[in-house]
Amino acid sequence: MTDLGHVLVLAGGLSPERDVSLRSGHRVCDALRENGVDAITVDADSALIPAILADPPDAVFPAIHGVSGEDGAVRAVLGLLDVPFVGAIASACRFAFDKPDAKTLAVAAGLRTPESITLPRETFHDLGAAAVLERIVARLGLPLFVKPSRGGSALGAGPVRTAAELPAAMVGCFAYGDTALIERYVTGTEVAVGVIDLGDGPQALPAVEIVPDGGVYDYAARYTAGRTEFYTPARISAAAAKAAADTAVTAHTSLGLRDISRTDLIVDEADTVFFLEVNVAPGMTETSTLPMALAAAGHGFGTICHDLLVQAVQRGD
Amino acid sequence: MRKIGGPSLTGHVGSETSVCAYERLRDGRRESYQPEENVVRTDPQQPHGSRIDLYVDRYADRARSMIASEIRALFAVAARPEIVSFAGGSPNVAALPLDVIGNMASQLIAGHGSVALQYCPAHGDPGLREKICEVMALEGVHAHPDDVVVTVGSQQALDLITRIFINPGDVVLAEAPSYVGALGAFAAYQAEVLHVPMDASGLIPEALDGAIARLAAAGQRAKFLYTVPNFHNPAGVTLAADRRRRILDICSAAGLLVVEDNPYGLLGFEGEPMRALCADDPDGVVYLGSFSKTFASGVRVGWAVAPPAVRDKLVLAAESAVLCQSNLAQLLVREYLCTQPWREQIKIFRELYQQRRDAMIDSLEALMPAGCQWRRPGGGFYVWMRLPAGLDAKAMLPRAVSSRVAYVPGTGFYADGQGAQHMRLSYCLPEPDRIREGVRRLAGVIEAEIDLRDTFGSGGMHGTVGVDTPGPEVP
Repeated sequence: MTDLGHVLVLAGGLSPERDVSLRSGHRVCDALRENGVDAITVDADSALIPAILADPPDAVFPAIHGVSGEDGAVRAVLGLLDVPFVGAIASACRFAFDKPDAKTLAVAAGLRTPESITLPRETFHDLGAAAVLERIVARLGLPLFVKPSRGGSALGAGPVRTAAELPAAMVGCFAYGDTALIERYVTGTEVAVGVIDLGDGPQALPAVEIVPDGGVYDYAARYTAGRTEFYTPARISAAAAKAAADTAVTAHTSLGLRDISRTDLIVDEADTVFFLEVNVAPGMTETSTLPMALAAAGHGFGTICHDLLVQAVQRGD
Repeated sequence: MRKIGGPSLTGHVGSETSVCAYERLRDGRRESYQPEENVVRTDPQQPHGSRIDLYVDRYADRARSMIASEIRALFAVAARPEIVSFAGGSPNVAALPLDVIGNMASQLIAGHGSVALQYCPAHGDPGLREKICEVMALEGVHAHPDDVVVTVGSQQALDLITRIFINPGDVVLAEAPSYVGALGAFAAYQAEVLHVPMDASGLIPEALDGAIARLAAAGQRAKFLYTVPNFHNPAGVTLAADRRRRILDICSAAGLLVVEDNPYGLLGFEGEPMRALCADDPDGVVYLGSFSKTFASGVRVGWAVAPPAVRDKLVLAAESAVLCQSNLAQLLVREYLCTQPWREQIKIFRELYQQRRDAMIDSLEALMPAGCQWRRPGGGFYVWMRLPAGLDAKAMLPRAVSSRVAYVPGTGFYADGQGAQHMRLSYCLPEPDRIREGVRRLAGVIEAEIDLRDTFGSGGMHGTVGVDTPGPEVP
């Protein structure tokens, strides 16, 4: 094992995904330790900067999900401290974390994504919610999928099957953010594709097919073991699998991401791959798809985490 | 290759024969992923995916509600110091003379370790049971030490009472709202909970009568009434003196056992402690007491006082649950009660909590938007607030947490889905300045939510499941 000095795994944060992040971070930290790496978990709080100044780590593995972790804020601070870290740089994170921005860049790179509209809550207030929602349904039809433009773990997100359900869905969405992304609902196979780049360019991992009980991959389905069934590799055609892999790699590249990412997709009945979103700090919990994909590809989880850290150190930053 | 999941996989995921050459890291060399060789189509040999949980089809029915919850995840954030949390019910143990108690503990172990660190009878330490009777005398209870069973917190007493009385499907009467720890115990034994309304003076006798009558008309009978008569958690109200006899008479006539849960009885801010229900009907009432709020929550020492037949069963049930309670904890509490000015300590707690109650009530009065309603609690830890019509406390919680304030949505305190328009605010822990700041933040959140309601009409959280309340460690 390459000699890696002292490393920090950043986990926790103050987003609603804090709990998930702590689980991700502890799993990464434990795996690193099992591989002989001197790793500890730290939170992104007022003790972080003093800790880094007092004992500068060789590198940092960010495992904070949601705001501050995936929007680039903490990484920008790591940049100020000249600490190498795994994953996308702050400016790339800002685009990736904003789902509408990521969709725009994906389309520019030739990917397909569900037709959608993005609106802040003020617009509904100022122009009248009923009128705006009516126009949305007239244009995008039903069913729809509503989610906060910035967020994760399906918090505030959910399907809307009838127009009557839409106001409540908007209220639930605005509980988690000030801007809503409303997409045409694409029926198909829900698939997550991890991407790892260890120096030879981004490589897609086997696609993981996600089949939640009850049909919606909500928070309970994501983080309660047993509520979702996973198929690795996904039960899609060879052509769809290639398209999914290419989509994930294209998303990773066109958004200027680095080291690791996970792209979420839907493959419809015509084998068309629709890009939904990409994550720069993918979940690493016991029920998360990226570790499953790594295992299916024959990688040791700790080995990959270690190698990504080594790469970050060699990069210098 | 490492397999994922368990027996349901039938060995196909990751097996060499059915998937193509995947990425391999060997000595720094890598073979690239060639998805075009992926032969997995609709593979009839792969009937089942992985559910991660090997036991998914083996859990008992009562484990069904044990799922990861969005609301619970928010409480993980609420525990952070950046958040002003009104979510927890943790008593202010920092107000204890910790150095004195530390010396006590060290002398206990050094001087009596061979007893303190050993098993003991499940009935509980006899000396402690005597002191417990002294404590209960403050509320008019004159019990015999043999009638007392020491438990691991009064939560265990609740659990044991439910265990010995409730078969799956049995009915329990509880106040509306009710204590979440009790609802959890009842759910664990698959009881049906029927909530009975309260008002400013506590449980409404006519409503209790009506509930019993409705059950009888349906050919059913409740096993017991669960009540928190003093400084109710979460409602903050106290059962008025002139209703206590009436409630006991109603229950006695219906042959209904009363379970009286009283952790806050000595934490009233004005006047003397109320006379306990069991003081007037020792055969019809099981009394649950606790040192969590009057001494320390972490020692996990509570008790039950029950008629002899019930008490004997409680002892046997305790044995099968824990063998015995912590002798160390029991002897620590006994020593504390014997040697320390515990009544004065309770007075210190009362003053501290009263100061915080005042900070909260004053801030609510100054800052809450029109349409919010609450009562001023005369003791205990909690304010139960009703939001303006059309607002949902559960749907609002994520926005509150991102505005750095937390509370417990009212839905956690009902077994039947009520409570969305209420929230519980606990004032026991934060400093008065923090309380004022937290109420200020909460007012902003409620105003924004009123705005959202006016924009969209009332909304709720769609499809959220799981536990709605924080764990005990959330401040």
